[in-house]
Amino acid sequence: MSVVQTIAAQRGTERNGKRTTKLRTEGLTMVFKGDGADVRVLEDIHLEVSEGEFVCVLGPSGCGKSTLLNIAAGFLPPTHGQVWIDGEAVHGPDPRRIFVFQERGVFPWLTVEGNIGFGLFKLSKADRAGRIAHYIKLVGLQGFEQSYPQELSGGMKQRLEVARALAVNPDMLFLDEPFGALDSITRLIMRRELLRIWEAERKTIMFVTHDIEEAVQLADRVVVMSARPAKIQRIVEIDIPHPRDISSNRYLDLRDGIFEQIGLAHKV
Amino acid sequence: MNFPIRLRPVFFVVVLLALWDVAARRQSSHILPGPLAVLAGIAELAQRGLLLKYIVASLFRVTWGFAMATVLAIPTGLALGSHRRVEMALNPMIQIFRPISPLAWIPISILWFGVGDLAAIFLIFLASFLPLTVTAINAVKSIEQIYLRAGRNFGLDQVQLLYRVLYPAVAPQLIIGLRITLGIAWLVVVAAEMIAVNSGLGFLIVDARNAGNRYDLVVAGMVMIGVIGLLLDIGMRSLERIRSMRWGYSED
Amino acid sequence: MSPSAQPMRWEKYAWPLFAGALLLATWYFSVKWSHTKIFPSPFDVGNGTAELIHKGVLANYVLDSLRRVALGYLGAALLAIPGGLFLGWYPAAAFVVNPTIQMLRPISPIAWIPVSIIWFGVGDMAAIYLIFLSSFFPIVVASMNGVRNVPSMYRRAGRNFGLSPAKLIARVVFPAALPQIIVGLRIALGIAWLVVVAAEMIAVDSGLGYLVIDSRNSGKRYDLVVAAMIMIGLTGLALDTIFRRVEKFKSVRWGFSNES
Repeated sequence: MSVVQTIAAQRGTERNGKRTTKLRTEGLTMVFKGDGADVRVLEDIHLEVSEGEFVCVLGPSGCGKSTLLNIAAGFLPPTHGQVWIDGEAVHGPDPRRIFVFQERGVFPWLTVEGNIGFGLFKLSKADRAGRIAHYIKLVGLQGFEQSYPQELSGGMKQRLEVARALAVNPDMLFLDEPFGALDSITRLIMRRELLRIWEAERKTIMFVTHDIEEAVQLADRVVVMSARPAKIQRIVEIDIPHPRDISSNRYLDLRDGIFEQIGLAHKV
Repeated sequence: MNFPIRLRPVFFVVVLLALWDVAARRQSSHILPGPLAVLAGIAELAQRGLLLKYIVASLFRVTWGFAMATVLAIPTGLALGSHRRVEMALNPMIQIFRPISPLAWIPISILWFGVGDLAAIFLIFLASFLPLTVTAINAVKSIEQIYLRAGRNFGLDQVQLLYRVLYPAVAPQLIIGLRITLGIAWLVVVAAEMIAVNSGLGFLIVDARNAGNRYDLVVAGMVMIGVIGLLLDIGMRSLERIRSMRWGYSED
Repeated sequence: MSPSAQPMRWEKYAWPLFAGALLLATWYFSVKWSHTKIFPSPFDVGNGTAELIHKGVLANYVLDSLRRVALGYLGAALLAIPGGLFLGWYPAAAFVVNPTIQMLRPISPIAWIPVSIIWFGVGDMAAIYLIFLSSFFPIVVASMNGVRNVPSMYRRAGRNFGLSPAKLIARVVFPAALPQIIVGLRIALGIAWLVVVAAEMIAVDSGLGYLVIDSRNSGKRYDLVVAAMIMIGLTGLALDTIFRRVEKFKSVRWGFSNES
């Protein structure tokens, strides 16, 4: 990727004219103080995400990408640097940007309806019921309204968690390897579902994964992170329109480019 | 032997009872009663109105001591579990107090409350307080961080977080702790009654022996203690079966 | 949850010391200001302890209590572990015996005292029997559950490698069940320590439990009562700590991912 393209991608001005910046980080550094040595997890991260963009943060396990996401969502204060969302500095979690954990984030003591309605305590009863019904339909959990999470499969729990997140109508979603616990067939289905939902309700999405294919299939841009202490190695713009053909040359080129970037051969 | 499966435990008990009966008959001194004598003893107590009276007395003390301990210990434990430094401060003292048998507190309890109900209730309270506190502390510590983060993410303030996330998340573990501690309280009330008061099932055991070597009543008392203890346990276990709690119990 | 930073290492010692000092101060001042003649102050208890050590009584009584616990507890373990393993291995047997166990469990060991005195007379054996009784059930149940919870894939792997049932139990089932058995043993030891004190208050005339009752009965020496109570707490804590050290041996440690 040329230098010009990289900078343009970071400014989000290459396609669709001018787009507003949704999230910006500046000089983000994270150091965990342990009993003995300090662990430098993130090193000087500068990142910009545009409104309505789908950005994947890609890197090997344990490299710190989840930490980056948690800081962006306001759960962890960074050691140095700052995160701005909509021009405001981030100080803590906020319902306008919901974090989706792996399916273990659903509350096991609430039914499907209870979970989806969890964040809707400010609405009237009628509004709440309407919203819940809408999102149950959107994620395809009809018939399971009164079921408890332990009665659902992994894929269904994941969809429940996404529905719960969407129900409060956030601007941004943070997804931390949400499909990691699912089998690969379910994963493919879930990716398609996520894209369908994203196209229906254009949220800004930051999605963390260690799966290269997943990143190239889903994202507008892929932020490739190095191993710990994590720095941004490269940002790759995926300029293929959805639905993406995963056997097309462009797809394979982009994918292989990232493979090489991470230093992997593509022969098993 | 091709016995229907459900009856086998019953059969086992019957065998034990038969062995007991034989052993009782064959003893030279004829002090210890056989099962039939015990049944007769229970009937006698029921007839004299003592059975109900003593059961109620024991249950009364357990209920009061246990309830007070629950009301104080659970919030304390939840608070301690949430604040690391306070827990650090109090933990060594908890660990030192824990192994002290509640019965070792009897002299002090009699000193403060005299001989009677209050002393016994105090002992039950002591016996229940620390285990419940420790249960609550462990329950809070084992909450998945994710639930609390999700709660904060959806904009819950501290109070809402407490009763919409923290409390439902710890409830299953608390119930198990309550059941186990109730078992301990039941053990202690019997012991406390043997030493410090003059009614109740524990007292029955000591009194029946002291006032005439009525070992049939002694064993009758033991049987009643076992039965009521078991009923209390079964009652608590039924709480674990509430559907919205079942997620917290992987298997039993 | 408190969002404060990670506590420093020195805090692990500072806070408890602070809380302990606070407790002692509260104790001392409440005794002083209530002008009680009977309840001891911390200094009285300290002096009382010194007196007991000086007379050689303390060491003897601690050893007596420990001895009774050792005998009753070990006897229980020797019978209960194989018993529990057997019941865990043969669910049919467990099904038959379990209700009886559940019915006998809630009977306080103390309630057994009159019967145990008949069988063993007043003295050591009665106390040891009580400890045996109170340790037996927790260990059986823990062993039983330990075996039941061994994942069937371990058993299958063992059979796959051609192990006979006896070898299977010794080399696969027992090690796999060991963490849970050890937790049961630790809990039973805690119970045994509680029971020995109670048994000594009633059925024998030496040991820490006896010291508690006797100090009061022969002279209202509440300073010795409290001294004895503290010794009971410290000794019980020492037993528990030693046990937890044993649990830390690597070959057992796999079973304790999160421990209280």
